[in-house]
Amino acid sequence: MTTQVRTEPITVNLGPQHPSTHGVFRMRVTFDGEEIIDVEPIFGYLHRGSEKLAEERTYVQVVTLTDRMDYVGSMLNNQAYMLAVEKLAGVEPAPRGVWLRMIASELQRIASHLVAVGFLIQDLGAWGTPLIYTMREREKILDLFEMLCGARITNSYLRPGGVFMDAPDEFWPAMNEVLDELPPRIDDLDDLLTDNEIIFSRTKGVSVLTPEQMLDASITGPMLRAAGVDWDLRHRDPYDYYDQVTFERPLHTAGDNFARYWVRVQEMRESIKIIRQCEKLIEPGPVRPEHDDVPWLLRPPVGDAYAAIEHSKGELGFYLVSDGSISPYRCHVRAPSLINLTLLRDMLVGELLADMFVSFGSVDINMGEVDR
Amino acid sequence: MSKAWDGAKLADLIRESLPDAVVDAHRTDVWIKPDAVPEVMRLLRDDANFRFELLSSVTAVDYISYFEVVYHLTSLTRNATAVVKSKVGFGREEARIPSVVDIWRGADLQEREVWDLMGIIFEGHPNHKRIMLWEGFPGHPLRKDFATYEQSIVPENERRVPSALAGEIEGGRDN
Repeated sequence: MTTQVRTEPITVNLGPQHPSTHGVFRMRVTFDGEEIIDVEPIFGYLHRGSEKLAEERTYVQVVTLTDRMDYVGSMLNNQAYMLAVEKLAGVEPAPRGVWLRMIASELQRIASHLVAVGFLIQDLGAWGTPLIYTMREREKILDLFEMLCGARITNSYLRPGGVFMDAPDEFWPAMNEVLDELPPRIDDLDDLLTDNEIIFSRTKGVSVLTPEQMLDASITGPMLRAAGVDWDLRHRDPYDYYDQVTFERPLHTAGDNFARYWVRVQEMRESIKIIRQCEKLIEPGPVRPEHDDVPWLLRPPVGDAYAAIEHSKGELGFYLVSDGSISPYRCHVRAPSLINLTLLRDMLVGELLADMFVSFGSVDINMGEVDR
Repeated sequence: MSKAWDGAKLADLIRESLPDAVVDAHRTDVWIKPDAVPEVMRLLRDDANFRFELLSSVTAVDYISYFEVVYHLTSLTRNATAVVKSKVGFGREEARIPSVVDIWRGADLQEREVWDLMGIIFEGHPNHKRIMLWEGFPGHPLRKDFATYEQSIVPENERRVPSALAGEIEGGRDN
């Protein structure tokens, strides 16, 4: 005789103060046993009103606000914002400044992916070791940023038309040392994790998203490429000098948690290739236009501009409106972290409690950018 | 290099199918009637001329005499971008525009953000709630008449009046 065990749905509040939510994210989750039957994400615990604050600062001062949006991708945020300002004000950037910011943003992409991969594995239950491995490599990149601009996380390195300071002479050998050390470390990640039986069984086939679903929900970046859509703004709409460098776009077809992890690991190798090419192509010269051409107190003509880049998390866009004064009339951020969470409910419903934070981590969000 | 659609050309192609929808076109931008937003967006997504599968961004700007809702669209198949705008809420009356969530789900969180911070009502949105701020928050912070400084810690003699409000509030800014 079999007895049927009846289960009752239970609603649990998760976060905002929870170590696995990558910041202050809150979800109201309903479980039936171990199965998730409903998820309601609740945002706003880190909302600082960056867009409103930008309206009361000059164009150069706003750079400091962009650092604090996605604080593991500050250089990339700076780059997106500067591209929008340059488009709005019609600034012709200085070539050396552009190469330097490409190097900086590719280093930042590696650092951001290292954080994403490290925390994803941590969420899987590999407590400590893989995270320390990835954070060790990220630390070296942050040291390079310190050489470039004196700051490690809130860089504010970029300025309209380039960067504020040339790289010191000792930066180049230090960068080469980091780039030489990185590929074996990424191979270590592959050996330890990518071919790991436990990772396979825990991540393959979990939280699958199809390309159609993701395009409909405006999801971009590594998540989209993990489902086999070859869409990378560096390749399809080259900004800066990305048309002068060659790189591969790693694609996976599965669209599950494993594919999202795999794409990020492979993209780190491509970033190293890009930095090596930038280093060959960079030439001496000014790092930003003369002050007479591009003053610190920019007054762009009346109008609007939208510029987007391929951030480590997806398409990061800045929409700026100018009324001819020294501050932006409106500064909107198209934040990939927020928009990539559109399908969170679809990803989680039907999965198990244990996989919840793995799927959530595979989206790779940053609360500073979700809430702004 | 992805191609930015010319506003006038895009407007002409929209007029072929929906003669009354377009209000104005300028450089890269097309202005459409708020009521026509669902039909125009469906056309832009499905028509073979456009194929805008990806809604990059939805946002709004407060021009004081009216609000402008701005849609940035991306086509992966044709590697092109377009900007579609719509003016609502003239004279600071209640601003309403149809939601595009049933065309692109990607508008879901973004429209909620616009409602929360700019106070534009998206008709037909399945979950029309505030997103960043809590229900019951007074006002919509990104509006130009939202008093930032009332709760501010900045001393009164050091406050800088936002440039947008210095003197020219009645007329607003024209395109």
